[in-house]
Parts: sequence; structure tokens; C-alpha cells
Amino acid sequence: MGDWKPKIVVFACNWCSYQGADLAGNLRYEYPSSINIIRVPCSGRVEPEFIVTAFKNGADGVFVSGCRPGDCHYKEGNHKAALRFHLLKRVLADVGIESERLGMAWISGSEGKRFAEIMTEFDKTIRELGPNTIKGSPSHSPEVSGW
Amino acid sequence: MPEKLKIAFFLGGGCGGCDMAAMDAAQAILDLQRLEIAFWSPIVTDNKYEDLDAIPDGAIDVGFYSGMVQLSDQELAAKTMRRKCKTLIAYGTCAALGGIPGLGNFHTRKEILHTVYFDTCSTENPAGITPQTECAEGECELTLPEFYGEVRPLKAVVEVDHFLGGCPPHYSLVAQIIRNILEKGLEPPGPWITEGKTVCEACARNPVAKGEQRKVVGAVKRLTDGIPDGEQCLLEQGYFCLGPLTQGSCGGLCPRVNVPCAGCGGPIPGVRDFGLRAVSAVASLLENEELVAQIPGPAKLFYRYTLPASIFGKKVK
Repeated sequence: MGDWKPKIVVFACNWCSYQGADLAGNLRYEYPSSINIIRVPCSGRVEPEFIVTAFKNGADGVFVSGCRPGDCHYKEGNHKAALRFHLLKRVLADVGIESERLGMAWISGSEGKRFAEIMTEFDKTIRELGPNTIKGSPSHSPEVSGW
Repeated sequence: MPEKLKIAFFLGGGCGGCDMAAMDAAQAILDLQRLEIAFWSPIVTDNKYEDLDAIPDGAIDVGFYSGMVQLSDQELAAKTMRRKCKTLIAYGTCAALGGIPGLGNFHTRKEILHTVYFDTCSTENPAGITPQTECAEGECELTLPEFYGEVRPLKAVVEVDHFLGGCPPHYSLVAQIIRNILEKGLEPPGPWITEGKTVCEACARNPVAKGEQRKVVGAVKRLTDGIPDGEQCLLEQGYFCLGPLTQGSCGGLCPRVNVPCAGCGGPIPGVRDFGLRAVSAVASLLENEELVAQIPGPAKLFYRYTLPASIFGKKVK
């Protein structure tokens, strides 16, 4: 357990949060190396299936980050993402995954420092929770549904 | 005279409803000039596993396996059916996705055995007896199949050629499939036997079909909260109808009689995980975040038929 380092997947929207992450880098703000950023067009594009697939494939935490409310490039993508996030958290808890493993925040393109702070905080939360137990669990692959 | 098409039905871990649907499709099933029913157990005949095993491998043209796999004998029968049948159809939601018994995957084997043999108010079990796979009774040795405790859909056990959703599939659909096989021959293996359209497409309440804009959902309701309006979309009224992502080969029967679609038809093409896609579809229709907290038991609501075929498969711990 001593050598364990969490794997965290961050879905960051192209228009705000990814720019925020970029700014964090430009300004040399440090955040943990456990963070792996995936750029997506909009936080509303992040399907619950993507998040759970990340957990299944070994992520210990998944974070979805988008534009601040009202700032969405596609008007209401982040609003839909928030609704899905709250519902998915409830489903995760029922299926036995700690709902704290899924995080969400609104980070604008000018908030490089805040991006680094939120990532550091989320990494700490995941370290306290320990490794995710769903990975490698002997359940079936998604392909069993037939499509 | 051309050779008859040989078909077989086997009921694994299911309720027998799919076999009843096949019986309701009697006119097609009983086309005995062209069809031969090689095996139909345990619903219609009292044939045993040995009788199925005695059929030469590959001798059956089309096999219908209904029910999920949770016991060792069901696994054995599923593997035997696979050997005997040229084409194997996961017939009904249990075989295709786990079905209602798949809700058992929200609990561990230990929890299930504890509830059934110790915990219910009608249980009297002072000796603490639980099912054993073998036991000696006088001179006889008795055996029972092993209870795995985890529900698996048929595809998790054997290769499946086709899937058919429905709990049970509507008898007219079963009849249509059998007539299609008789007239056009066996289709090459593919996924689901379906038109690929949603329940909404078959539903007269669909606001889009009426040329209206879909409204956001402003309230969360259950069927016990009163009688839904007979004309308006059930989702718009706040009843959780899963029609938007369920295959509508049933013709949208439930919404027609004021009952929200529960999703028994299986996912439409492109959906890998029915429950998660339902989270996505339903949540984005809601007006605000407070409504999310009011949804009763979301995991069991959205995974009513599909948990064993989901990305999770079962409860994590």
C-alpha cells in the first residue's frame, strides 16, 4: 500500500477547464502527477458510460470539469453534465463504489491556480479512499449486452 | 419434401413466461409440416438433461434458451444447448441481459442465502440448514446443483448468435421470427433481432410525433401518486419511462395502457450499458438538481433488467 499511487482521470472541457489546466502549466503551478487529463468538447459530452469504463479500467478517481454555470460554449452542456453527475453519484453508491471517487467542478480558463488547487485536493481525497475495488473484479465485459 | 426445421426450447433460470409467449405463438409453432420441435423442456415435456445430451451435436437448427444462468446445471445445459444447436438465440431479457433475477447481483451470495434460509418472517430453520450440493440420505446420495450467487446472461457462458428482448417477448414477435426463419432461412449471426427503433417511435404520446417540443421534467412522480394523463408523454409528466432507449419491437404496449416503459426490450443499437445511458437520458431531461434526489432507488430503477450485462456486472462489494 505504501507504494500505491492513485490513477485519476480528468475530463476537462475544451473551452474552459482545459484552458485552465494549460494556464496552470504556463504559470508553473504544481499539481499531483496522478492526474491524467482528457480533453473533451464539453462536459455535457461525458457520458456516464465513459466514467464507469474509466473506473472499470483502473481509474481510482474520475473528475469532470467544465465551464462555470451560464458560460457553457454550447449554452447548457454543463447544466446537463451536473444533472447526470448527481444522478450517477447515487447510482455509484448503490452499486458499491464510493461516490466521492467521482468529482466535479466548474473551472474557467483564467483559473489556473484554482485548477491546481482542486486537483491537489481531489488527489488527497482519493489517496484517503485507497485503491478502487471495481478494477479487475471478475464481472463480465460490456460486450455481453450483445451490441 | 424438404427437411423440417428443427427447433428446441430450454428454460434456464427464468419464470417460464418466454415459453408461454412461444405457446401463444401456437399457429407458427405448430406448423408441423415444416417444423419439428426437437426438445422443449421443462415447460412442455418432462425430458431431462440426458435426453438433451443424447441429441447429436449440431442436429438442432435453432435453439431458444430462456432464463439466466445462476446454477451449475443451468451452465451445463447452456453449454449443451450450444453444442446441439446450429443457431442459439438468447430468448427473452433474462437470457439476453440477466433480467429481473439479475437484481440479485445487487446482493452477495451470502446475503441471498441468509435472507432466504434465515431472515424472512416465514422461515423456520432452527438447525440452520442451507442447501448442500451433496448429502447422504440413508443409502441414497442426493445431489443439488451449485448456487453460484451471481446471475450471468447467456453470453457470459456461451457464444450467442442472436438476442431477443422482452419480458416476455410479445407472442406476435415470436411468431414473426419463426415464420421469417421458415420462409427466408436462417440469418447470419448478428446481434439483436429487432427493428432497432425505440419504444418512443411506436408510442402515440411522443411529443415529437405530434409536432411539439419536448418539455423539461418539472416533477418526479411514481405510479402510486395518481393516474397519469392518458395523452401526454409519461416522461414529461414526471413518470420514469425508459422508452427513449428501449427497443420498441413490442409496439409500445405499456405506455399505451398508462404504464411507463421499464426497459424490458433491451437497449437500442449503440447502447453498451442500459442503466448508465438511462442515467444520462433521464437526468438531462430534469429541470433542476433537487429533482435528482427525489428519484426513488435509481440503480434498481435503471438496472431493473440489465445489471448482469452492465459494465459493473454486479455490486462491487
